[in-house]
Amino acid sequence: MPILEVENLSKTFGRTSVLKKINLSLEQGQALSIIGSSGSGKTTLLRCLNFLETPDAGIIRVNGETLFDAADPATQWESSIRKKRLHFGLVFQSFNLFPQYTALENVMLAKKLLAAERPDFKAKKKEILAEIEAQAADLLTQMGLSNRMTNYPHQLSGGQCQRVAIARALALHPDILCFDEPTSALDPELTGEVLRVIRELADKNTTMIIVTHEMAFARDVADHVIFMDEGMIVEQGRPLEVFENPKEERTRQFLSRFKQG
Amino acid sequence: MQLILEQMPVVINALNIGFIQTLKLFFVTLIGAFPLGLIIAFGSMSRFRPLSGFTRLVVWVVRGTPLMIQLLIIYYFPGLVLDNPIWGGGETGRFLAASTAFIINYACYFSEIYRGGIQGVPIGQEEAGLVLGMTKSQIFFRIKLLQMIKRIVPPMSNEIITLVKDTALARIIALQEVIFAGQSFLKGSHGISGAIWPLFFTAFYYLIFNGLLTLLLGWLEKKLDYFR
Repeated sequence: MPILEVENLSKTFGRTSVLKKINLSLEQGQALSIIGSSGSGKTTLLRCLNFLETPDAGIIRVNGETLFDAADPATQWESSIRKKRLHFGLVFQSFNLFPQYTALENVMLAKKLLAAERPDFKAKKKEILAEIEAQAADLLTQMGLSNRMTNYPHQLSGGQCQRVAIARALALHPDILCFDEPTSALDPELTGEVLRVIRELADKNTTMIIVTHEMAFARDVADHVIFMDEGMIVEQGRPLEVFENPKEERTRQFLSRFKQG
Repeated sequence: MQLILEQMPVVINALNIGFIQTLKLFFVTLIGAFPLGLIIAFGSMSRFRPLSGFTRLVVWVVRGTPLMIQLLIIYYFPGLVLDNPIWGGGETGRFLAASTAFIINYACYFSEIYRGGIQGVPIGQEEAGLVLGMTKSQIFFRIKLLQMIKRIVPPMSNEIITLVKDTALARIIALQEVIFAGQSFLKGSHGISGAIWPLFFTAFYYLIFNGLLTLLLGWLEKKLDYFR
């Protein structure tokens, strides 16, 4: 059974149709790259999966459980959406770290707030918090930031910020980790360190959806590639097929612009 | 000069008493206007049109008319027009009326500062919190509030320093604050009359108090400088 199934997902903003009947599925442990020009709906798709936008039509299923069905209002209750979001993690283009917290606190905050809802929290507060801190420190070490834990975001480079943001998303153990152009806000010399971290996650079979303009990276890291244009999936398949032998004319045009540049 | 030195102890004593009333009005206004301003700010940002429309209308009227007129209306309107003198005639009544006028007036100014502060926090902060499974109130208190406070300290400092001096307007309804006390020596009080210097001298009270406030608010601004 696929970990994620999206059926006929559509979204319009006013009169603009941003997503048109998107269908996709993703297997546990796979990395999916979504490529396409700006305005093709890639980011909106990720935002729908993370419940930052409400689709106008379609179904989202994770592990066979229907998280969202536009035809079933019961799946759209505000109170349940909060917990459903936790199936997904999202790494933003602009990091969106919390500036008043250190790198370590950024990673711990959400987990601490969730832990406070546990019935045994009061009794085992100390152990639980120590465990959360150890786990956060461990994640930051994996991101190569062991000496940056007590720094505030403004004291970090863009690449370091984005790695903190990845650790923050991983701390909640999402089923599917989404990246929304994770390197687009970075100076070119800083993209490498972020891509390396994402690649390591792919090697550990983290289930991921990566929206990116880094074509070489999309090809190398992904098990599956989707090319989107004007809100539709134009072509999809294994990276080699899509990048080397695109069947659709629009895919060819899009890729040729990158090859020339 | 000799005469001023002789008059000094009596005058200072009277001015001190007046300045205590000034300080009371100042602090009561802050204590009332800080929370009321936040409520007004949320009202003016409400998606429920009648509420935001009404709130913005009130803010427009209050900010668009002189505080002195508001003081006079709030103090005299119930008694003279409605025949229902809710404030009573004494100093307590004048203080309550003045506090009411100041709290409403300043809450409206504060609300605009809060609104700027809240709307100035990037939307991405809220989205990051949502994606991490936080509730709206966790997002407000754990993420946005401190960023908002950091943004509003400089404009708020301005308003607070203006408030110190605006308390002098309460003189118009004969609240016995420091200006009232200083002026009393013109007509005659405590055996001194025809003395203008006590009135001029009140300026030092404002100056020194504002100096202290400037230091305090500057310290607070520095305190919040640890993040950007």
